[in-house]
Amino acid sequence: MARSKRFEILEARDVHKDGFTKEWPEVGLVAMHSPADPKPSIRIENGVVVEMDGKRREDFDFIEQFIADHYIDTDIAPKAMALDSKDIAKMLVDINVPRKELTELAKGLTPAKVCEVLNQMNVVEMMMAVQKMRSRRDPGNQCHVTNRRDNPVMLAADAAEAALRGFLEMETTVGVVRYAPFNAVALLVGSQVGRPGVLWQDALEESLELQLGMRGLTAYAETISVYGTERVFIDGDDTPYSKAFLASAYASRGVKMRFTSGTGSEVQMAFAEGKSMLYLEIRCVMITKAAGVQGLQNGSISCIGVPAAVPSGIRAVLAENLCTVWLDLEVASGNDQTFSHSPFRRTARTMMQMLPGTDYIFSGYSAVPNIENMFAGSNFDIEDIDDYMAIQHDLQVDGGVRPVSEDEVIAVRNKAARAMQAVFKELGFPPITDEEVEAATYGNTTDDIPARNVVEDLKAAQGLLTRGITGLDIVKALAKNGFEDVAQSVLGMLRLRVAGDYLHTASYATADFRVISAVNNPNDYAGPGTGYRLTGERWEQLKSLPWALDPKDIGK
Amino acid sequence: MEVNAQVIEQVVSAVIKQLAAADAGSTTTQAAPSAAPSAAAAGEHLELRELGEAKPGTRRDEVVIALAPAFGDAMQKTIVGIPHAQVLRELMAGIEEEGLKPRIIRVRHSSDVAFVGLTGAKLSGSGIAIGIQSRGTALIHQKDLQPLQNLELFPQAPIIDLETYRAIGRNAARYAKGDSPDPVPVKNDQMARPRYQAVAAVLHIKETEHVKPGAKPVELEPHFR
Repeated sequence: MARSKRFEILEARDVHKDGFTKEWPEVGLVAMHSPADPKPSIRIENGVVVEMDGKRREDFDFIEQFIADHYIDTDIAPKAMALDSKDIAKMLVDINVPRKELTELAKGLTPAKVCEVLNQMNVVEMMMAVQKMRSRRDPGNQCHVTNRRDNPVMLAADAAEAALRGFLEMETTVGVVRYAPFNAVALLVGSQVGRPGVLWQDALEESLELQLGMRGLTAYAETISVYGTERVFIDGDDTPYSKAFLASAYASRGVKMRFTSGTGSEVQMAFAEGKSMLYLEIRCVMITKAAGVQGLQNGSISCIGVPAAVPSGIRAVLAENLCTVWLDLEVASGNDQTFSHSPFRRTARTMMQMLPGTDYIFSGYSAVPNIENMFAGSNFDIEDIDDYMAIQHDLQVDGGVRPVSEDEVIAVRNKAARAMQAVFKELGFPPITDEEVEAATYGNTTDDIPARNVVEDLKAAQGLLTRGITGLDIVKALAKNGFEDVAQSVLGMLRLRVAGDYLHTASYATADFRVISAVNNPNDYAGPGTGYRLTGERWEQLKSLPWALDPKDIGK
Repeated sequence: MEVNAQVIEQVVSAVIKQLAAADAGSTTTQAAPSAAPSAAAAGEHLELRELGEAKPGTRRDEVVIALAPAFGDAMQKTIVGIPHAQVLRELMAGIEEEGLKPRIIRVRHSSDVAFVGLTGAKLSGSGIAIGIQSRGTALIHQKDLQPLQNLELFPQAPIIDLETYRAIGRNAARYAKGDSPDPVPVKNDQMARPRYQAVAAVLHIKETEHVKPGAKPVELEPHFR
């Protein structure tokens, strides 16, 4: 057959490199509604849920039992379940129905009912609902700081730059697991050099992640995954109860944490039981609420290629974020993994969270070039940051990052690298040379920095664990070597966990270690003129793109 | 829910039985099929003749290649269209290059690459096996490791080429000889997910449809044409 030149050109476009598939509901390869999704129902006897979504109590799997016993409010449920799903959807969008009324109502809804409600809504309505329903008034953003070589000097410099750019939280992980303690220390130092009060975490295997948190080497945790079918839980040797126990271990030491889940994980593991991705994800959100955890990272996360491939999949991803905030949880709303070659699809996907604003729009935005991103790449990376700031500027929307000057960036990168040099020297770790400090100050990737002796680094990183080094040792090392201000910041972060205020829903800390959360900064959106408004000093800051021309200078 | 519990029970009991069989001593006279044709044989068509239940091996110089339920049977090529015949040939050639003997089995009770590989390792005379799924995801496993531990994992099937499969065979053989080889260099492509994740999920679901709960692994004799 002779080929159409036009079709040949279309096929060469970026979007044709993406994977698209038709739906296959029988195995759960369907975004928001599957014929196998249960019909909403509830029956309560003597304060106990005896039937939920068409299933009798004796037939519950452990997820259903957990939700029935620890999520459902049996006083609210009969009234809430009697409401028409379309009417509930209208309440979510209606600026005249207060947020509080809807968070109360949610306590009485079953997974199938919430799924039915969300299926009534288009993406614009969902964005309206997210704007109203997120728990904290001020939106925020989280970033990734990693590199291919786990180079600690580069990590510290990148963390400092990211903190300066305005990210409230930052997340690292490792290429080589044994580097984990150094990565934690690098973000600890870098984050506090860039902007005191920034929270940082190290995504690792659960027990090591907890250990670093308990030692004060990280400030929060997020890599605690929950799933929507029993079989996937069992494959990971877990139950909702074991995850709740892990959550309480963090709480006992005053360390902030949230769970992680997302559409597509069950179908990816071939155990979706024919249910829609959204229905299963709603079960995850309810497990999180039932476990008493303050927040959730969702928005498909590492499975984003699965919902993105099927019709209405990106709508489902927004729906899961909405479900999370509706249930009065903090949301770190995804946008954190590559899912498309097409800049249009990438941008459209992120607008769903950026425009209404969420607690953490990305979880996270890659603050390093994607080639260095050890979470396998984010939807936006540092090389997209000026585009992202231009969108803030164009739409007068707060995406959580601010313009910075080259001088400021160079200064904080250099300071972070020198502070790391001091900490390494004081604690007897393999020395950081002046050449490395220089390279981390001006470099873009680890191609720009001399290679370290990995064997020696790994030995020292393991030594950090066996020597029982804690956050306080880092404070002392910094103070002793002329980084009194950074030492004060790290100490301030350690104090946070003693006070415990940042365990409240949707918290972050200011540069003077005040905690801002849904408690003292509750979302009061009720239509135009209310809620968070990008105005005043913050708008002056965000609209001032350094590369914009001043009309006064034009023609001179 | 009951179905799930049943499936899990069957899997568990099958694994326990295998463990018991392995512990009972590997005196079972299960010689590796000597008639296995050389990996050097050409051809893209693969025929896998079933020789009955796979028993624990006794030869210390064998490396098991454990195939997932649909490999070379209901499915014939990887996620990027590499014929299973070529993949298997390269794995075998890598093992033979190191002077060891490949032995092919099919795992039928699980499609999870970790369990496929570990089942193979427990049946391998050397205690080393390569596990491979139809979509191409592979790992090198050792009999005394936990399922989710492994010696080397190759999770991104779309970027594994034939050269890498041969290197996987080579390294598996080196572990079997007691060496500590440098891991096969793993490529990383951030844009593999956008392109392949959904297709990979579909392939995994289709392979999982061929899982027979409780079924024992079978010995295979490969013929290349």
